[in-house]
Amino acid sequence: MAGEKKGLQLLDFWVSPFGQRCRIALSEKGLPYEYLEQDLGNKSELLLRSNPVHKKIPVLLHDGRPVCESLIIVQYIDEAFPGKDGKPALLPADPYARAQARFWADYVDKKLYDCGTRLWKLKGEAQQQARKEMLEILRTLDGALGDGKFFGGEAFGFADVAIAPFTAWFLTYERHGEFSVEEECPRLVAWAKRCGERESVAKNLTPPEKVYEFICGMKKRFGIE
Amino acid sequence: MSPPVKLIGAFGSPAVHRAEVALRLKGVPYEFIHEDLANKSELLLKHNPIHKKVPVLLHGDDRAVCESLVIIEYIDESIDGPPLLPTTPNDRAAARFWAHFMDQKCWKPLWLALWTEGDLQKGFVKETKENLVLLEAQLDGNKFFGGDSVGYLDIVLSALAHWVGVFEEVASVSLLGDEYPALRRTRRANDYTSDEAVNLCLPNRERIAGYITAKDSFKLMAKAMVQQQ
Repeated sequence: MAGEKKGLQLLDFWVSPFGQRCRIALSEKGLPYEYLEQDLGNKSELLLRSNPVHKKIPVLLHDGRPVCESLIIVQYIDEAFPGKDGKPALLPADPYARAQARFWADYVDKKLYDCGTRLWKLKGEAQQQARKEMLEILRTLDGALGDGKFFGGEAFGFADVAIAPFTAWFLTYERHGEFSVEEECPRLVAWAKRCGERESVAKNLTPPEKVYEFICGMKKRFGIE
Repeated sequence: MSPPVKLIGAFGSPAVHRAEVALRLKGVPYEFIHEDLANKSELLLKHNPIHKKVPVLLHGDDRAVCESLVIIEYIDESIDGPPLLPTTPNDRAAARFWAHFMDQKCWKPLWLALWTEGDLQKGFVKETKENLVLLEAQLDGNKFFGGDSVGYLDIVLSALAHWVGVFEEVASVSLLGDEYPALRRTRRANDYTSDEAVNLCLPNRERIAGYITAKDSFKLMAKAMVQQQ
């Protein structure tokens, strides 16, 4: 195919927490890549060709070959570039620890983003329901963390990569749900701070106020008050 | 001596079947703990407090693994034997992609195509068939998604090989029909279901049919699901 580039390219959208998972993973592994910002209102030929099934970002292109779905991309990065330059693996070695990491990444995928969307999009009873569910999700994550430094224990890993981008959304959830994540889930907030101290996270997360601005813009577009 | 394996499951569940097949393909002896989903046990709620669902794999005293896809990968990684997932990172990414596609995209319209009516049903049948076309293309003339032997994706998509046929009869809807020769072959020519390991843990078709026909609630459930969209 013409124009098949060597190396890594990431088709992404600036504020997407799913895309940020991939950026964090690439950064943790010290892998250079070309970032290609996508216009989701006018999808490119490259995006549609690379992800014909879902037509969504993020998509990782490795020597022109696409890998889709953020968690699958992160696992791919981990498996295709093992122990590069002494960089640790994102998934732990022990099968049970790996299962735990995958479970929590899956939990966040199934629950967090959709609930968050309902929280800012909806009003009245439906919004209250979303608020209740959001608190439950955050408390569950807080509980899962326990006294651990990271979701995997001592080392920053797959589950942390999967969940960290959503910490930039806490402010947006707080303002729409009228609660404080710090009050409800102190361990989760402490963990978020620890993640934020890592270069891979610090340079790839959208500042929370910018996420909030983005959502306010989306609400205007949808005609939501 | 490897720690004992137990599987908490329920009759007829395609998700539970995935876990059983994976264990059998690896030659792992296990104890099947039958769960009554209408009256969930302490054991289930203790080991899957988040989702409260089956299957749950218990390995030894202190390991509980939940979610069928996570369970299959755990079994593959913790137990020796022929690998269930493909070996190259690219093939693994592709297998995981289609597994995710099945669970995120295929189940809902497939289920709704069975239990709704009229134009609504036509829409869901169309959506299901579009999904099946994509899956058919993945088989690409092979006997199994993995090539010559049953692998991860065959296990994940096993509902198509066995359950969908039963659903279609009970609901009088044709989904797989005549249009997907490769998918149909894995079902009718029984490539998947005649594999020894698979066959030993496949729930009886008549029993599945009996179980579904007894549930008029399915049509009501489908109605509720549609209204939520």
